[in-house]
Amino acid sequence: MDRRKFIKSMAVGAAATAVPLNQSDASFFDTFFQKYYREMTKEEKEEVVQRLEAEYKAKYGKDIKVGTEEHIPGVLFGYALDLSRCIGCRRCVYACVTENNQSRNPQIHYIQVLRFRRGTSEGEHWIAGASGVSNLEESVKYYDPPLVPQEEHFYMPVQCQQCENPPCVKACPTQATYKTRDGIVVVDYNWCIGCRYCMAACPYDARKLNWAEPYIPKEQINPVTHYLGNRPRMKGCVEKCFFCIQRVRAKERRYPACVEICPVGARKFGNLLDPSSEIRYIMAHERVFRLKEELNTSPKFFYFFSI
Amino acid sequence: MFDFIKDMLRQAFISKKKEYYLWLGFLVFLIGLGAISYFKQYTTGLIVTNLRDQVSWGFYIANFTFLVGVAAAAVMLVIPAYIYHFKPIKEIVLFGEMVAISAIVMCIMLVMIDMGKPLYAWHIMWTPNWPQSMLVWDVIVLNGYLMINVAAVSYVLYKLAHNEEYSMKVMWPIVLLSIPWAISIHTVTAFLYNGLVSRPFWNASIIAPRFIASALCSGPALMLLIFQIARKVSRVDISDVAIFKIAELVAYTMAFNLYLYAAELFKEFYSASLHMAPMEYLFYGLHGHDNLVPFTWMALFFNLTAFIVFLIPKTRRHFPTLNLACILVIVGVYIEKGMGLIFPGFIPGSLGEIYPYMPNAEEIKITIGVWACGALLYTLMFKTAIPIYLGDLRMKTPKLEQIRK
Amino acid sequence: MYIKRKAIGIFFVSVLLLAISGGQFYINAEEGRQGGHGNDAGHKEPPVRSAEKLSEHPLPEITTPKPPFSEGIFPCTSCHAGLEPNAQRRELGFHTDIVLVHSTKQRWCLDCHDAQDRDMLRLANGEHVPFTKSYMLCGQCHGPTFNEWKAGVHGKRTGSWEGKKEYRLCVHCHNPHSPRYKPLKPSPMPARPQDINKVLDTVGVTIENQTIYIPVYKK
Repeated sequence: MDRRKFIKSMAVGAAATAVPLNQSDASFFDTFFQKYYREMTKEEKEEVVQRLEAEYKAKYGKDIKVGTEEHIPGVLFGYALDLSRCIGCRRCVYACVTENNQSRNPQIHYIQVLRFRRGTSEGEHWIAGASGVSNLEESVKYYDPPLVPQEEHFYMPVQCQQCENPPCVKACPTQATYKTRDGIVVVDYNWCIGCRYCMAACPYDARKLNWAEPYIPKEQINPVTHYLGNRPRMKGCVEKCFFCIQRVRAKERRYPACVEICPVGARKFGNLLDPSSEIRYIMAHERVFRLKEELNTSPKFFYFFSI
Repeated sequence: MFDFIKDMLRQAFISKKKEYYLWLGFLVFLIGLGAISYFKQYTTGLIVTNLRDQVSWGFYIANFTFLVGVAAAAVMLVIPAYIYHFKPIKEIVLFGEMVAISAIVMCIMLVMIDMGKPLYAWHIMWTPNWPQSMLVWDVIVLNGYLMINVAAVSYVLYKLAHNEEYSMKVMWPIVLLSIPWAISIHTVTAFLYNGLVSRPFWNASIIAPRFIASALCSGPALMLLIFQIARKVSRVDISDVAIFKIAELVAYTMAFNLYLYAAELFKEFYSASLHMAPMEYLFYGLHGHDNLVPFTWMALFFNLTAFIVFLIPKTRRHFPTLNLACILVIVGVYIEKGMGLIFPGFIPGSLGEIYPYMPNAEEIKITIGVWACGALLYTLMFKTAIPIYLGDLRMKTPKLEQIRK
Repeated sequence: MYIKRKAIGIFFVSVLLLAISGGQFYINAEEGRQGGHGNDAGHKEPPVRSAEKLSEHPLPEITTPKPPFSEGIFPCTSCHAGLEPNAQRRELGFHTDIVLVHSTKQRWCLDCHDAQDRDMLRLANGEHVPFTKSYMLCGQCHGPTFNEWKAGVHGKRTGSWEGKKEYRLCVHCHNPHSPRYKPLKPSPMPARPQDINKVLDTVGVTIENQTIYIPVYKK
């Protein structure tokens, strides 16, 4: 797709969804009066899914499946990230964008990779102003060297930490964002009103607003979706990482996309309730820490140093 | 009854003075400008503003916060007026409460404008996350406060329109409710920020007291100006005594406000932890970003100057200096509690990123539009209430007709 | 003669290293050790049990992608079948792309590649392992890493978090002759806040059969 077309299609997309009352079909009213996901019966869910699938088909010209898989009993998802291994290549960022149908323009990223400076051999850096992962202000998000990892630097990717004690859920006035039984904090995009209180409440900068109508080129859309996950979103709603709910809850129990793309295998994922899982092994054997632990958000996202 | 409403509308929109129409036209023009910008924002999305994920609340919420303070300050006039039966202030409480109504309406407008999906705001009523979410609390207290003030104003005007003195039996419960309620709207709004562990700048227990203290400075100062305009453009008699009394009260509240501010500055700068960064951003700039530095120092200078003017009896009883001080304190608090409180909450962001947000033209136009709406609402209410207050406009009830004959 | 003595020397050194670094690996092994210790392991006869079963953590069922051979290089016997094994440290006539940066002074080709069975690798105890199980070879020296790899902590796994996983061989990420992880080109940085709506295009990049879409910005 050439660039002019890219921008043009964006403009058309924006115009089409500009004034909802102009939509000729009755779907606007169905959308407007759509119920809260957790209050829907099974039949209502099916009905909504059908409508959404039809809408997506019209918009993207593709059969997009919207799943409603429930949580798996006996599972609490956890994530671990090896800071000794991460090389800051950002492949996870774009694997996530691709898998989860994030808007390409305006750009939305669930994962932010922060670069930190190691203390230099002269030690001047540590004297002038100590860094380390606690001083996030010293981190750089917009690094762009020809090759990574760079000497004297280390990297820390941050995404939704899937807190057990999520401040965003406490903040949300409509209960549109909530913690599911397998521990994933999800958003009912239709129920979200875009007040952004959750964004102010999140200590990890994990939540992102659709500042305009999201745009994804038709051929790049991922057709396997979940209602609480990567289905196409709308202007004005908040979204965030949901541990690739459409993959991890699927029959195949797939790993999240960021886990599978990581070239150094720094990303680990599994069931916290399963003693034989790799995540439990890490918690038992590695030196683990959680970001901003003092806030008592109790993330299910663990950072560790394997060396 | 129908005739009365017609009379009221006639009062609101018809005037012998050309300036009145000019004023209305000016406000409508500003509202129009704002409306055009808002239409753009509504159709394209909040991307037209300078707000981003890094700084997700900005100018709208800053103005909202300031206006909640203005609304809460009506209590400043209610307390002495009703409890101590302090005559000169009692006469003007009505107009103070109308300021509160306009301010709350503006607050609600700003919050709606700030929303990504305003059409769906009804979801708050359907599945309120109560009592967890402070935003739900805020919706409740703000709407409640609006209703209380509307009730108080309507009752007083209704009685006056019937040529009767209002009954304290009815007013007492309203007053008793409105005082804690006024404090609560500002406390809850402060808690809205205060309760967030993610924002160390806000997560300080001094926030709520400071909110109240600063509201009790700017609110009455704003009313001092409005009362002076009111008595100039109408026959309403607001005595100098009343105005000076309010000015004296402002001197006390300002002292308290500055004290709390100093306490906060001491804590941040003396302990100098990493959480000092937002304060540093305000006063000195951070990593070369110093957008707010001139505003911060200006606000501090304004507040200190105003305090001195209010403190010295001679200057506070001298209208030019009094008015100057009023403007200084309003601007001072507006900066301090608006952009000075909201923006640094997000700068640096929770992952340390610095996005030096400042509102763009669209945001400013929309916000001016909202202020114009508030001013228009106040003008119309004022214009209608004055003749009732002065006895020019009366409801034609059989009893009244008899008296007239 | 000299060469042979040297080879024996290297053999002893590696066995010793193995005993030190992977101590647990042997000591904790259950039965089947014939009362012997690591030192005399491969000395007498080939061990009764394969090294796979000796590890502390029994090896899970490991599936891996094909070993990353350079094109046309395997099977080795297609060339080496008729060649006399030469353990001499020398400038190679073929395999010129191989630069040995892996304990270079202590190691030469036939320490890891079997001299007789050319399509196999050779453990310190003399046992042969196929290239598809090269981790057994690496694990001899890198014991803790090997354990972590088996547990899924070191290295990359794909597949199912609750079922079948595909492991990557050590050599998928580490060139065995020069194992230090090679720096790579990072994907584009995120757009700055003021430019999030100025992304020109997104283009696909395929990595290991997985296509990811990365943004294109104005220069």
